[in-house]
Amino acid sequence: MGSKEKSILDGSSIERAITRITHEILEKNKGCDNLVLIGIRSGGDHLAALIRQRIKEIEGGEVPHGAVDVTMYRDDVGHGSVRPMGKTDIPFALDNRHVILVDEVIYTGRTIRAAMDALMDIGRPSSIQLAVLVDRGHRELPIRADYVGRNVPSARDEKIQVLFDEAHLPLEVRLIKP
Amino acid sequence: MAFSHRHIIGTQQLSKADIELILETAESFKEVNQRDIKKVPTLRGKTIINLFYENSTRTRTSFELAGKRMSADTINISASGSSVTKGETLEDTAKNIEAMNADVIVMRHSCSGAPDYLAQRLTKSSVINAGDGFHEHPSQALLDLLTIKEHKGKIEGLTVAIIGDIARSRVARSDLYALKTMGATVRLAGPATMLPPGIEELGAEVYTDINEAIKDADVVIMLRIQLEREGGNTLIPTLREYAQFFALNTENIKLAKPDAIVMHPGPLNRGVEISSYVADGVQNVILDQVENGVAVRMALLYLLAGGSDEE
Repeated sequence: MGSKEKSILDGSSIERAITRITHEILEKNKGCDNLVLIGIRSGGDHLAALIRQRIKEIEGGEVPHGAVDVTMYRDDVGHGSVRPMGKTDIPFALDNRHVILVDEVIYTGRTIRAAMDALMDIGRPSSIQLAVLVDRGHRELPIRADYVGRNVPSARDEKIQVLFDEAHLPLEVRLIKP
Repeated sequence: MAFSHRHIIGTQQLSKADIELILETAESFKEVNQRDIKKVPTLRGKTIINLFYENSTRTRTSFELAGKRMSADTINISASGSSVTKGETLEDTAKNIEAMNADVIVMRHSCSGAPDYLAQRLTKSSVINAGDGFHEHPSQALLDLLTIKEHKGKIEGLTVAIIGDIARSRVARSDLYALKTMGATVRLAGPATMLPPGIEELGAEVYTDINEAIKDADVVIMLRIQLEREGGNTLIPTLREYAQFFALNTENIKLAKPDAIVMHPGPLNRGVEISSYVADGVQNVILDQVENGVAVRMALLYLLAGGSDEE
């Protein structure tokens, strides 16, 4: 088919990026008090669980973590075929908390817009900060990430894929050329 | 994901994969119903018309809430107080509603097959059957399945007893098709006059003794004795006699499995098909059914109106 795949980050590079992002989160927020982690399904929730684990190792504190599914908030409902609906699972209040929103890849910014609307419907957080493993550019909305694992310049027709193993631990980030 | 239906007429047409998708989607929407702010923008700009030619409180309210919680515009039309009383035909009424660019028409009608008749004639709108005559009531069956799945963790392999006026129950038929598709054993029981001939050909075990039907069941679904239909065409001698032989009470419920759940599509006739002790007992999940009804209807509306034909 002529499509080419290139590995951008391997498992240990991802682990190091997550560790650095965790340190940045803790530095900016002066610890983990009042923090909550919300991962965007699917993939972001696995990374959020990993950051939660790192915070525990570094600070010894437990940070609540949940998952948000943005399908109900997408701006393209009614365009194309109907999408499967995942589950939002946030079993704690967001009011007056600092939310770290976690996603695998930031691209147009539309998913993040949908996720922020979803969070605002559920509560009133003090702040929302965004952590992503990969920033591939091509933003269509005025949104930027606060914590970035790796900036990867990409063409629009390329795809970026984050692979996880069965225990939801990240294995690899791949760039797929058409 | 493939949801290939444009209309929901009955559970008879739904595959196992279809039902699983509807239940999973409904589970996602349940979370919205438990929030402080019970509204998501998913179907904003969509129009849903509830066209009810028969009385309904639960089903109509449930569809209305489902649409509104997804930000769709929901309008109710009931036969009394509409141009139906001026002699307009069903087809003309529906064509007019379609001309107003309704995305989904939710329809209840006393004639079996009326929603199907519309679905074949409308070119743009989707039709959901909210109960037609003695035919089907698919959204009720799907909320029953969601309730069973929540309480039992599965549907396959369970024994479900459905007791009452099987002949005139659209709920019984929709439950039967859907439960069989999902791999449950279905037992039907009622007085002989209320058991339609040939129903066993649909894969049900048929009993005229409620005790045999209930024995070791995981789920007992009691059907309402339809007092409004009893007036014209009586199938039972008296309500008291019916209650004596076919009501679920504190004695016969003991024949079911100890963890069996008791369901009822409502409205309850306390003291007729179900004793108040059982209706309010620890095994009843009747209000869970009502709660799940909103989520299941959100799922149906989303699956019909959340995509487009052009790709």
